[in-house]
Amino acid sequence: MIRALALLALLIGAWEAYCSLSGIDPLVLPAPHEVAQALWEDRGLLWDNLLVTAQEVVLGIGLAAVTGLGCAVAVHLSPTLRRAVYPLLVGSQTIPIPVVAAPLVVWLGYDLAPKLAIIALVSFFPIVVTTLDALERIDPDQGKLMAALGVPRLRAFRLAEAPAALPGAFSGARIAVAVAVIGAVFAEQAGSEDGLGHLIQQAIPQLLTARAYAAVIVLSLLAIALFGLLALAERRLLPWAHPGGGPA
Amino acid sequence: MATTLEAPAQGGLPAEGASGVGVRVDRVRRRFPGGRGASAVVALDDVSLHAAPGEIVAVVGPSGGGKSTLLELVCGLQVPDAGTVRADPAALMPQRDCLLPWASALDNAALALRAQGMPRAAARERARPWLERLGLEGFAHARPAELSGGMRQRVAFLRTLLAGRPVLALDEPFAALDALTRQDAQAWLGRALAEAPRTVVLVTHDVEEAVVLADRVVVLSPRPGRVVAEIDVELPRPRRRTDAAVVERRERALRALGVTS
Repeated sequence: MIRALALLALLIGAWEAYCSLSGIDPLVLPAPHEVAQALWEDRGLLWDNLLVTAQEVVLGIGLAAVTGLGCAVAVHLSPTLRRAVYPLLVGSQTIPIPVVAAPLVVWLGYDLAPKLAIIALVSFFPIVVTTLDALERIDPDQGKLMAALGVPRLRAFRLAEAPAALPGAFSGARIAVAVAVIGAVFAEQAGSEDGLGHLIQQAIPQLLTARAYAAVIVLSLLAIALFGLLALAERRLLPWAHPGGGPA
Repeated sequence: MATTLEAPAQGGLPAEGASGVGVRVDRVRRRFPGGRGASAVVALDDVSLHAAPGEIVAVVGPSGGGKSTLLELVCGLQVPDAGTVRADPAALMPQRDCLLPWASALDNAALALRAQGMPRAAARERARPWLERLGLEGFAHARPAELSGGMRQRVAFLRTLLAGRPVLALDEPFAALDALTRQDAQAWLGRALAEAPRTVVLVTHDVEEAVVLADRVVVLSPRPGRVVAEIDVELPRPRRRTDAAVVERRERALRALGVTS
């Protein structure tokens, strides 16, 4: 933690030094002290918009977790589905968000729905992949043990496999946090009246570059906080997944 | 095959579904097609293995000799390419313990009962006295990660035993244990089988373990697995590995394996 802060201080110092020595236009790259000033002066504005974006991100990841878990389980249980769905899953990740954002706004309106759809779309993939990985890592002997007893496939899955999916879903959600925040910014810029992405979009043409940077910093802090909360929740809810202590 | 469970008798645990066949594997051949370019592998060739109901038969042989394949045939997980397999319903104890990391020792031991549709509370009730019998009374609520290797094998064995099948197919159950823990494990396995008699096919590469535990030892050759010797142990239990008669049978089995001391 101390080392991370020291590195951060070093980077900020280098940034400040570059801005003052190069004479770069603060409208292109504001110095850290200007961003800090914007963080303080716009704190009310940033906070209100943070609440909007945080709600979108949390609900979007939640939606992705539910659908991702369901999809992973279905693919795990059906090899046919696996062959049919996996290429589509990978393909879905190559769609640039701004391209789909516009039609989603047209279909779903300006409120929460299109944002959730976009955030869930980008968060879905890491959750499906890590969940499937966790399910595939189950010892094949486990299946033999159940098969020898003639246990129906679904019951064997419920008893001996399903809980193994949960740590995978959690890892996927942690990976998804970063892309979910970026997804939220794009979604808000496609059509929105509030949120940090909207704030950034407004700030740049108003020549308030420092405010845009301040919003970016708030977004990063949101991602870090969500990542930490997910790690904490996993340790609480699934202590068996980390027998050696906490997650790394 | 009966799938319902009867009420537990006093003391021991009844096995259901026994039709009195035991295990009868006759002149079985099992061959696995090779991958691209690789030639097919004959795992078992003309192998016969008989276990009368209640008999403990050990199968020893080198690694890759088709021992696990033989167990999967007994459990009905594979079909032979030639020959016949007839066996009472069997429960498999795989080489790795396959304990569920999220479930307690009690729930892991009761897994086969749950898998057969028994409600959780009833399954735990049935499993609890057996945990005590195997010296795990303080560990009913411990998760597998909190158990030692020897304890994990006890739980895995109980899961197999509590399945209530007349035949137990044990695949190198103690291979991963250190020598001292293994001796302890052989002792509790002997006690448990004395209390809840079963037809047992015990696959092992430990000749001494085979002689100490089994009524009969079947020695398989390297791949393709063929029966090269059958040794009747015919000694009273409990047996000590240092007894002259145990040593003598062990030497015979080792000679059949081509190991000379």
